[in-house]
Amino acid sequence: MRYLPLTPDDRSAMLATIGAASIDDLFADVPAEARLDGPIAGLPPHASELAVERHMGALARRNRAAGDGPFFLGAGAYRHHVPASVDHLIQRGEFLTAYTPYQPEIAQGTLQMLFEFQSQVARLLGTDVANASMYDGSTACWEAIVMARRITKRAKALLSTGVHPHYRSVARTMAKYTGDVLVDGDPALEAGTDWAALAAAIDKDTSCVVVQYPDILGRIDDMTALAEACQAAGALLIAVVTEPVALGLIKAPGEMGADIVVGEGQSLGVGLQFGGPYVGLFACKAKYVRQMPGRLCGETVDANGKRGFVLTLSTREQHIRREKATSNICTNSGLCALAFSIHMTLLGEAGLRRLAAINHDRAKMAAAELAKVPGVSVMNDSFFNEFTLLLPAAARPVVHTLAEKDILGGVSLGRLFPGNDALANGLVVAVTETVTEDDIAAFAAALKEVLA
Amino acid sequence: MTALNRAGWRPEMNAAGGADDNVTFTGNRALMLEEPLIFEIGSTETTGVDFDEAASAGDLGGLARSAPIGLPGLSESETVRHYTRLSRQNYAIDLGLFPLGSCTMKHNPRLNEKVARMSGFADAHPLQPQETVQGAYAVIHELAEWLVTLTGMHSVAMSPKAGAHGELCGILCIKAALEARGEDRRVLLVPESAHGTNPATAAFAGFSVEDIPATSEGRVDLAALKARLGPDIAGVMITNPNTCGLFERDMKAISDAVHAVGGYVYCDGANFNAIVGRVRPGDLGVDAMHINLHKTFSTPHGGGGPGSGPVVLSEALAPFAPLPFVAKQAEGGFRLIEEESADEQHPQSFGRMTAFHGQMGMFTRALAYILSHGADGLKQVAEDAVLNANYLLRSLDDVLDAPFGASGPCMHEALFSDRGLAEGFSTLDIAKGLIDEGYHPMTVYFPLVVHGAMLVEPTETESKAVLDQFIGALRSIAMRAKNGDPALKSAPHFAPRARLDETGAARKPVLAWEG
Ligand SMILES: Cc1ncc(COP(=O)(O)O)c(C=O)c1O
Repeated sequence: MRYLPLTPDDRSAMLATIGAASIDDLFADVPAEARLDGPIAGLPPHASELAVERHMGALARRNRAAGDGPFFLGAGAYRHHVPASVDHLIQRGEFLTAYTPYQPEIAQGTLQMLFEFQSQVARLLGTDVANASMYDGSTACWEAIVMARRITKRAKALLSTGVHPHYRSVARTMAKYTGDVLVDGDPALEAGTDWAALAAAIDKDTSCVVVQYPDILGRIDDMTALAEACQAAGALLIAVVTEPVALGLIKAPGEMGADIVVGEGQSLGVGLQFGGPYVGLFACKAKYVRQMPGRLCGETVDANGKRGFVLTLSTREQHIRREKATSNICTNSGLCALAFSIHMTLLGEAGLRRLAAINHDRAKMAAAELAKVPGVSVMNDSFFNEFTLLLPAAARPVVHTLAEKDILGGVSLGRLFPGNDALANGLVVAVTETVTEDDIAAFAAALKEVLA
Repeated sequence: MTALNRAGWRPEMNAAGGADDNVTFTGNRALMLEEPLIFEIGSTETTGVDFDEAASAGDLGGLARSAPIGLPGLSESETVRHYTRLSRQNYAIDLGLFPLGSCTMKHNPRLNEKVARMSGFADAHPLQPQETVQGAYAVIHELAEWLVTLTGMHSVAMSPKAGAHGELCGILCIKAALEARGEDRRVLLVPESAHGTNPATAAFAGFSVEDIPATSEGRVDLAALKARLGPDIAGVMITNPNTCGLFERDMKAISDAVHAVGGYVYCDGANFNAIVGRVRPGDLGVDAMHINLHKTFSTPHGGGGPGSGPVVLSEALAPFAPLPFVAKQAEGGFRLIEEESADEQHPQSFGRMTAFHGQMGMFTRALAYILSHGADGLKQVAEDAVLNANYLLRSLDDVLDAPFGASGPCMHEALFSDRGLAEGFSTLDIAKGLIDEGYHPMTVYFPLVVHGAMLVEPTETESKAVLDQFIGALRSIAMRAKNGDPALKSAPHFAPRARLDETGAARKPVLAWEG
């Protein structure tokens, strides 16, 4: 087996050193009835690199890759162009095959990168501090709700109807078992989010209000007034960002007063990857830092006075605090954070603004073209690179028919909000810089044909 | 930035300054290169990506961002150099032995990286129409079948994002199962030797945690456990092989006792590498166990993640598994069971743990690894991992105290304590000494049940020659610690940094660039 370096002679010599007659002696503590002697039945034997590659290649070809044709899906995962150097750099063995930086003297590469990542994320989201990453946006969102409970000592979370349904579903699942009260609901196509009602629902038991920005239908709303309402009631405002590229063009949630900002960072550096691994962003005001979940990297000096970085404030974490920890998270999304950070460094502020502007341009162009399809209307007053179409028919079958024409034409609200008939004709369409004018024309023509 | 030595290096500095001083003009030392922060070298005007022109803002709801963001950019050439230089300040499995106990730092095959990047996997959207991603579902299904067969369990939940998330999945299955029985049991029993994620997970899910006592041998005290069992016990969380590197001989008896009082058995499977292909947890009465694909199945740790923590489940807990999951259709092909179809297909599911379906990029890697080994190779993995650990244990137990050395062979990791070191010398000094010898240290101060614990896990991908050299190095450091060599107290001397001030870092946290 190509990954196993011990030779039969090595094994005999080592057994002799140990004083064991056979390898079975080393498994003597396993009760005889649980010990397996031969390889497990029904499973194939080892395979060559060529054979494995052939098998995996055949499976990969059974998927329609996003880049194989016109592609307009978003709803929490966005397809952006990732510069070639990002993937090259994250495959350097010193990054790829390192562990969590427990020994800082020989992990300054990872630690400095994390410090840079935290700084970039905090600036992008408009907050003071950010952590070294969470699993993804949806789990970061629940962790933020838990953090708000810890800070406010209240356990009722109000979720705006614009929050991604999977994020809501994760929070609902967890709340069912933790005793938190969750108030949530589906969005309406015809009307925007009712901000006044949301603010009015805040009461003395409310720990936090959670809003998504831009929201699941692509709409962009000012959260300043809501932040004020939260503050007045002693509740926290949590903002969720699933498309961080948007923040190159629109105000950061932190600027509008959000206390905790969480997000999905997949758009930068990471790619679609069929849903994971992704990178959860988690940021907040400095005064809450000791209540944060996850790893934090901080600046310090070494014994010779040289600047260096370490994991810090670990008395919040599971390995020190055990059942009193702020979270159970241990492994996070380090390598995806690196990809995010490299992509952000390549872009820089000027590049990010430009990238965001191109996305918005392209989306405006697509919205205008698609609105010309008979019976189709764009439901958004505002959007960044994603908007919702109202079709004259249920969107779900339309998506499948478009796929037959090799056009991946968005995510139907029927898929996102099954059982909600009022949303059945909605289609969420994302348009990034990877979409060409030809793609837009092909989509519009196919949609017209399918709806005719 | 490090201060420059404008006078430059002079030969007498070697004698005077040793390795720790800033002796060159640049602060560099040949291949050891200092690297500033992007905030010190980049500018907000610089970009390493070329774009077409774009028109300015449009339908942004009046929220155009006007204030500066403060994100520095670098050209592509500078970016490649920045991160390449940073990478060289890291130790990694690609450079040498990384014997971090409980973490299973084995070789990460590059075939896995290659297949994960095939466009059908890497460039597929999780919400694509199901007929366009049958290959992705097939990967999930095929890996699931392997995990179920290797563990002898009933089914597997694939969506958890790491080990701790898998623990949460298993514990929520237990909670849902108890609820379905109409019982409100509040207590989970967890040994003191357990990883911190175990009690943290139990608390995160709303359970209270009580300790299970251990025997002097380093295993669960079955009699004491039985004495504590009763109608308030939701279950136990047992790590097997445990964090002392020992197989829990009484696992089946533990499971039977817990089941007899109506509780469930969670097994932390972080150490599955020791028994894969040789022992099936399903034969030991386990109800739920997470598998760290980033340990046993070689997906890279990436400096902290990502991981993936599928949870195998017994028949009793399977009905409560989370959404979504991939189901094989009788008529061929695969279908995703989500919230929408759950009522008919999986009505007792406890719900959803994450957006989309888990760590696809880790599934492809783990499957490539598993197929490469096959059933025979995986069995060899466990055997070689255990052989390597025992070889280390028996080659070191005359110079380092092995608290459970008399308890029989170890499994995949060897545990030592700080007993016998000279006054004022600690496990930390041994760890830092190993750094100077060119190794990543072992896991230190875990498990908590052993004073100054040193947990050494070599894994099966190390040769005898590598182990022999490591044994020589560790023996020499152990002797220095026993003899009180003061130079060890200030180790490492040859690393990019000397010991860092962690207390200062926590007292006045600087967590972001403030320039
Ligand atoms: C014994 C044990 N349990 C649980 C975990 C948690 O796994 P993860 O870091 O993937 O969340 C680890 C790994 O760090 C471990 O060693």
